[in-house]
Amino acid sequence: MYGRKVKLRFLFIILILFSLILSTFLILKSLEENVVYFQSPSDIKLLEEFRDKKIRVGGMVKENSIKVSSEKINFIITDFKNEINVVYSGVIPNLFSEGKGVVAEGYLKDRSFFKATKILAKHDENYMPPEVKAILEEK
Amino acid sequence: MKFIFKFFEPNKVFLITSKAPKYVMALFMIVISIGLLEALIFSPEDYKQSHSVRIMYVHVPAAWISLGIFSSMTLLSLSGYIFKNKNFFLIAKSLAPSGLVFNIIALVTGSIWGKPTWGTWWAWDARITSMLILALFYLMYLVAWRIYENKDYVLKITTMIALMGIINVPIIKYSVEWWSTLHQPASITLLSKSSIHSSMLFPLLIMTAAFALFSLLIFLMKYNTELIKIKNKGLDRL
Repeated sequence: MYGRKVKLRFLFIILILFSLILSTFLILKSLEENVVYFQSPSDIKLLEEFRDKKIRVGGMVKENSIKVSSEKINFIITDFKNEINVVYSGVIPNLFSEGKGVVAEGYLKDRSFFKATKILAKHDENYMPPEVKAILEEK
Repeated sequence: MKFIFKFFEPNKVFLITSKAPKYVMALFMIVISIGLLEALIFSPEDYKQSHSVRIMYVHVPAAWISLGIFSSMTLLSLSGYIFKNKNFFLIAKSLAPSGLVFNIIALVTGSIWGKPTWGTWWAWDARITSMLILALFYLMYLVAWRIYENKDYVLKITTMIALMGIINVPIIKYSVEWWSTLHQPASITLLSKSSIHSSMLFPLLIMTAAFALFSLLIFLMKYNTELIKIKNKGLDRL
């Protein structure tokens, strides 16, 4: 149906596309550690070298774990398997609250204690008006 | 296939591209008015982020449109290259500017939304970084057209840029699933129920339609210019 040249050009494009996908995949695979924005408390447990290296820990703020004092705030980040204690002093984003996602940037003191230099709130993919939320909570 | 190409012949298309913009413009004005009223006034605030949810009605459609346009540009460039049809390249070229504009809008509105919600203007997470890379590919594509305008190999260079950039499109789409990112995962998927409440989904879809119409408008105007350029060269066929 098509000429030989058309088929050849098609094959050429397929080959280029295939090699581009393969090389991108390999590059991203080898950079995985840097592509992820944060690590979960479970990942932290498996870390071998963590001292004096800035890392980000992400997960949920554990219910009833936020303790605010005049100078600092303490809370626990959990991924429902492992937990990590966080201490932080500074500005807190509006959406930071218990039971919601959070990303803390800072330094590990030991495997279960994290000193944050910056707190980011993570928003989930749910959008709804307050009335609907109230109805959902009643259920 | 030859039969389909006949529809794309410049002489016939020129009649449409020179007249259609004013109608598309009128339609765009109507749809954007409804969309903005819905998005900014009638839609409810979010239970958690309150009024900053309204940024989403610009952010998400802009991101969708910029991804859609880049995909179409690549498809057109590749078809143009495989079937040796220069017209496809011109359609792709005329689509690019509005794609870039919407890409930048998505990045800027995302940044404005990120400050009150996340607590930062910018994060080097996979979604945001890959979206920035898409903007760079758009720029490369447009700059390449500008630099090599009168050279024969401009078609090949721009096709290669589109081909390299298209690898990034699925990465943008799935970045939030493959890696841990600050950006939230997709709320609207083809197979499962949307996690955006219907009262918020409606303005989102209207705004998407409005932005699509705007892209169409800019495309028609750009494409019309390309066809005029051909006419001025005294060619009645490509």
